[in-house]
Amino acid sequence: MTATALPRPRRARRTLPGLTPTLGFTIFYLGLIVLIPLAGVFFRASGLGLDGIWKVISDERVLAALKLSFGAAAIAAVLNAVFGSIVAWVFVRYEFPGKRLLDAVIDLPFALPTAVAGIALTALYSESGWIGSVLAQAGIKVAYTPLGVIVAMTFIGLPFVVRTVEPVLKEVERDLEEAAATLGAHRLTTVLRVIAPAVFPSLVTGFALAFARAVGEYGSVIFIAGNFPMVSEIAPLLIIIKLEEFDYQGATAVAATMLVLSFLLLLAINLLQARARRKS
Amino acid sequence: MSGTVDVSPGQRERLPFEPLKQTNSVINEPPYVRWLLIATAVGFLALFLLLPLLSVFVEALRKGFGPYFESFADPETLAAIQLTVLAAAIAVPLNLVFGLCAAWAITKFEFRGKQFLITLIDLPFSVSPVVAGLIFVLIFGAQGWAQPFVGDHVGKVLFATPGIVLATVFVTFPFIARELIPLMQEQGTEDEQAALSLGATGWQTFTRVTLPNIKWALLYGVLLCNARAMGEFGAVSVVSGHIRGLTNTMPLHIEILYNEYQFVSAFAVASLLALLALVTLALKSFLEWRYADQLAATRRH
Repeated sequence: MTATALPRPRRARRTLPGLTPTLGFTIFYLGLIVLIPLAGVFFRASGLGLDGIWKVISDERVLAALKLSFGAAAIAAVLNAVFGSIVAWVFVRYEFPGKRLLDAVIDLPFALPTAVAGIALTALYSESGWIGSVLAQAGIKVAYTPLGVIVAMTFIGLPFVVRTVEPVLKEVERDLEEAAATLGAHRLTTVLRVIAPAVFPSLVTGFALAFARAVGEYGSVIFIAGNFPMVSEIAPLLIIIKLEEFDYQGATAVAATMLVLSFLLLLAINLLQARARRKS
Repeated sequence: MSGTVDVSPGQRERLPFEPLKQTNSVINEPPYVRWLLIATAVGFLALFLLLPLLSVFVEALRKGFGPYFESFADPETLAAIQLTVLAAAIAVPLNLVFGLCAAWAITKFEFRGKQFLITLIDLPFSVSPVVAGLIFVLIFGAQGWAQPFVGDHVGKVLFATPGIVLATVFVTFPFIARELIPLMQEQGTEDEQAALSLGATGWQTFTRVTLPNIKWALLYGVLLCNARAMGEFGAVSVVSGHIRGLTNTMPLHIEILYNEYQFVSAFAVASLLALLALVTLALKSFLEWRYADQLAATRRH
């Protein structure tokens, strides 16, 4: 738009019709489906009080489940950050046969139902499966152990890092790399000092998204986990167990703890990211 | 080079000598590093994506096509497929209307708290599906606060179809809005302003100007929303009550078959959902390749 001396550009925008009904419906529907129901969890949890919540959380089995959910999710997110960056790099910078096909299947974990992923991964990694039988010879057991939980969480978080890093990597100016090279920088130095800082914020975003998704994941994990209490039982499963025992308060306490912990972590990561942006 | 310079179609016409840079060895890695990285990436994707996908179909056809197709003759399987289609048929249009409204309000107008509103719309992404189910149990369960009001008019919500639909709507809530917002933000309001100044009504502007501009992103959003709606497991599992033939969706039915060691049937039902996912992805790749400019460049899930 050319800057014709409009006194109030905002006014000009107002000429589009339909703000009131669309925004009204958006807020109404958002409130009805998401905000009010979600607020209910915190309302219920506040009825328990901090003591009540702590009583539920400090139970050995609950603590073990929370530790597993958050710990395995962190490891899976790190794996995805490392391999996802390599995948994004390879997709942006190199040509090789089959690239298009692989690029298309990256989003598979978004589209494939979690239960389907769960039974497929279990079939693969159980001791009679294609991968499981190979690993069994090396003495590694994946299915029905915490390792299986990590595998499932890596699967469902895989697209996040690739899809957030890829567009940023595409935008990196190759001129800068050339400048670094002409100034005598080793290729590795260029990658670490020129490319990495530009890509880092998007990598953190991808990591956070993969982590958040993995913490709450249920469908793809429960089949491969084996769900042994204290060993391979994840927090969402514990919520379901408590619900089946009609222990609504216990379920609410675990759910509220999970919500608060993941919100805090996401907040911390957002702050870190904002700081990284300001530096660069 | 003399005269004109060939610019390959993929190359943007910025500088005529740009292709030369591609062969510049100082900003490329040595071949062995390159192939090592490619091998790592391909190996990782094969191990974590291609093999699981392949194994669904291999396991489903383990005993041949006969038992595979027999799995679908089971009345409980058919009931599960029907319920899944019904839930998606209600959830997707609802979220479609919401997505269009939200995207219109957010991208065509300026108002305070817009960024906050976008964050709130994204909220269901960061809530565990099990927690999503739990919130509806707390509302409509035996001790739920809404059950006394709703019970008289609607009947049972929890452990019945309405609960399953609600959970599905919640989990797939942001998909279409998320697909449209970045694209419509990029497109701005100039086209609509022009249509209005030429005398079109608001509705005409929307259907003849905005809708054609966003149709491919909208289609992909609907497809993805549909795939997720049909595949939702955790949230639906909490609210369904697992009543066979009545409140079992396809993913829940897969779990039951699997736990009863009916592996061929479980993977047969799974293969239907996997096919749906593949069709969704294939269409997405096709749209991206054919209409790259009409899909948002910055997409996040």
